[in-house]
Amino acid sequence: MTAREATLARIRAAIGDAPSVPAIPRDYRVRGDLEAGAAASLFAQRAAEYRAAVHHTGLDGVPALIATILASAGDTRAVVPTGLPADWLAEVPSSVLVYTDDGGMTTEDLDAVDVVVTGCAVAIAETGTVVLDGAPDQGRRVITLLPDHHICVVSVDRIVATVPEGLHRLDPTRPLTMISGPSATSDIELTRVEGVHGPRNLDVIIATAG
Amino acid sequence: MSDTPAPTAPIHAPAGVGMLRGARTFPEAARQALGDPQLRHNLGHATATIREKRANVVAEVADWAELRNAGEAIKSATMATLDEQLIRLEHQVTAAGGVVHWASDADSANEIVARLVRETGSREVVKVKSMATQEIGLNDALAQAGIDAYETDLAELIVQLGGDLPSHILVPAIHRNRAEIRNLFLRAIPDIDPGLTDDPRALAAAARRHLRQRFLAAKVAVSGANFAVAETGTLCVVESEGNGRMCLTLPDTLITVMGIEKVVPSWRDLEVFLQLLPRSSTGERMNPYTSLWTGAHRGDGPRAVHLVLLDNGRTSVLADQVGRDALNCIRCSACLNVCPVYQRTGGHAYGSVYPGPIGAILSPQLTGIEHNASLPYASTLCGACYDVCPVKIDIPSILVHLRAQDVEVKRARRDVPTPESVAMAAAAWTMTDDRRWSRAQRSSRLARLVGRRRDKARGLIRSLPGPLAAWTVARDAPRPPAQTFREWWARERSSDGQRR
Ligand code: SF4
Repeated sequence: MTAREATLARIRAAIGDAPSVPAIPRDYRVRGDLEAGAAASLFAQRAAEYRAAVHHTGLDGVPALIATILASAGDTRAVVPTGLPADWLAEVPSSVLVYTDDGGMTTEDLDAVDVVVTGCAVAIAETGTVVLDGAPDQGRRVITLLPDHHICVVSVDRIVATVPEGLHRLDPTRPLTMISGPSATSDIELTRVEGVHGPRNLDVIIATAG
Repeated sequence: MSDTPAPTAPIHAPAGVGMLRGARTFPEAARQALGDPQLRHNLGHATATIREKRANVVAEVADWAELRNAGEAIKSATMATLDEQLIRLEHQVTAAGGVVHWASDADSANEIVARLVRETGSREVVKVKSMATQEIGLNDALAQAGIDAYETDLAELIVQLGGDLPSHILVPAIHRNRAEIRNLFLRAIPDIDPGLTDDPRALAAAARRHLRQRFLAAKVAVSGANFAVAETGTLCVVESEGNGRMCLTLPDTLITVMGIEKVVPSWRDLEVFLQLLPRSSTGERMNPYTSLWTGAHRGDGPRAVHLVLLDNGRTSVLADQVGRDALNCIRCSACLNVCPVYQRTGGHAYGSVYPGPIGAILSPQLTGIEHNASLPYASTLCGACYDVCPVKIDIPSILVHLRAQDVEVKRARRDVPTPESVAMAAAAWTMTDDRRWSRAQRSSRLARLVGRRRDKARGLIRSLPGPLAAWTVARDAPRPPAQTFREWWARERSSDGQRR
């Protein structure tokens, strides 16, 4: 008998008393009762509470804002996924080296990069979370992991109020990363320290259409 | 009867491997811990901090009660159909390019992981915090196979560098303060800056530098999983530091070791647990990073993805109609932080990777009660653990149930009573009342527990409360208690009533 068959047999024997299978009461809140604008401002507030730097702009203000953030961080090497809207980097000065990751960059290449710029799949207001799903404007997981600075552009139509709404919009078969603020630890005396292995700086740009 | 048990007979976690049995009984270990003022100070500070954080973020969730009800029901429904759920999970993981392995116990899980690592040709693995791999003693088993395992979670690193044992589910180095950690780093990390201060920020930065090259070079990672979705084959790791993302993304091979009880039926179920877990655990609205992956993702992350499904005594927990609810645990550690016993003794006294109230009900069931007979007494039955548990595990009732079992086992063996069963008023009391109490009075007691005030003079008590006070007396043999458990309980109850 294989370990698989043996384990399943032990499980079946253990639940041989046919324990009842309760119905799942899903009377918790699924939808938030927030207007679109209110969700965006709650998201901004909650993301900032987790020490993300939050910026607001219209969609056409994104290129200038990205250039400003790069300049003030002193970033000189950037990586972007293949599907990032080209005009988002239009105002980045030529002194900044921009790599486009087509899947060929090595971990060493990426380790030498200062900043990554991506979009996001979903943002969850109540928890201040952005979710990446590997779509062309977000790229493979490693590009948002090794650079120490992540600039994430969140278009307001991607913002939902609640965790259930957020998960509902996601495709579970994609590689998903939920990010709430920069990496952190509370392992030493429960004191929260931002910045361990993941990016130590997270900028979130909330972009309103038009 | 042959010597080999029938395949369906429940098996317990084997002895001699892993970390479920302490070398000493709880009273012995607790007495030592209670004599360590530094430990008690560290614990008191840390648990108070996290209790307050948790309370704040739970209070802002209007539908917390509904979420707990859903969480409880999802877990109970899962356990009642566990065979089906695991088969669905296996099917989906396999369909997505993963490989599923089944391990009946710690030894076979260790063997599987060691073989998988060896097959990659690598001699080292990076690890992201996983209770299951500590439970089975994976690091030791890998070391014996000539494979180095490196813990990457800051707290686990602290524990590993110190040759120490974890003492808390969420914050395994909770027993260490910053000065101790600084000294440890100076001693154990090669090339460390001798000017390192004890600022947590500086300590975290030192850990980052120490582990960076290791992550970049790693070929194999071993992880745990917080949840596995049967419907989709999706695995989920919840973390804070980014070491999890490193382990789950950079290596070519990812081996996940997961207890069979971690499966949840549907994708939708995560919308409940991803609200309950972070708020109960770190006291955050959401932990910094949650990673979800389904098999191997082409061009993104590990190319070889393995899932080891671990029993190691879980089916014998499942076979116990009262005790099986212990499998519903999502390892948030909230029950540790509110437990008046844990707060004073710390995690090491429990002798298991699972400390605190959940440990007191899980470890004895995984190993068989005779191997952890003192743990079900490591509680005052105050009910605070039940109040905070995000999946509503009735820990006090299970404790009472296990005490009855312990007494039955001892009676059947005609054992002379152990010192703790003499010392514990509970012993005399359980023999007559336990089962009646746990069955007939379950509901009325629950009503009382729910209404109780949680933090009753917690900081003022200098010894263990109730009948456990006997353990705190510095003598070789515990002193018989001054009052029976029933008297103590009756008094507690009435004084509580007056206060309200
Ligand atoms: S028993 Fe409940 S409170 Fe304790 S760790 Fe498990 S889920 Fe959390």
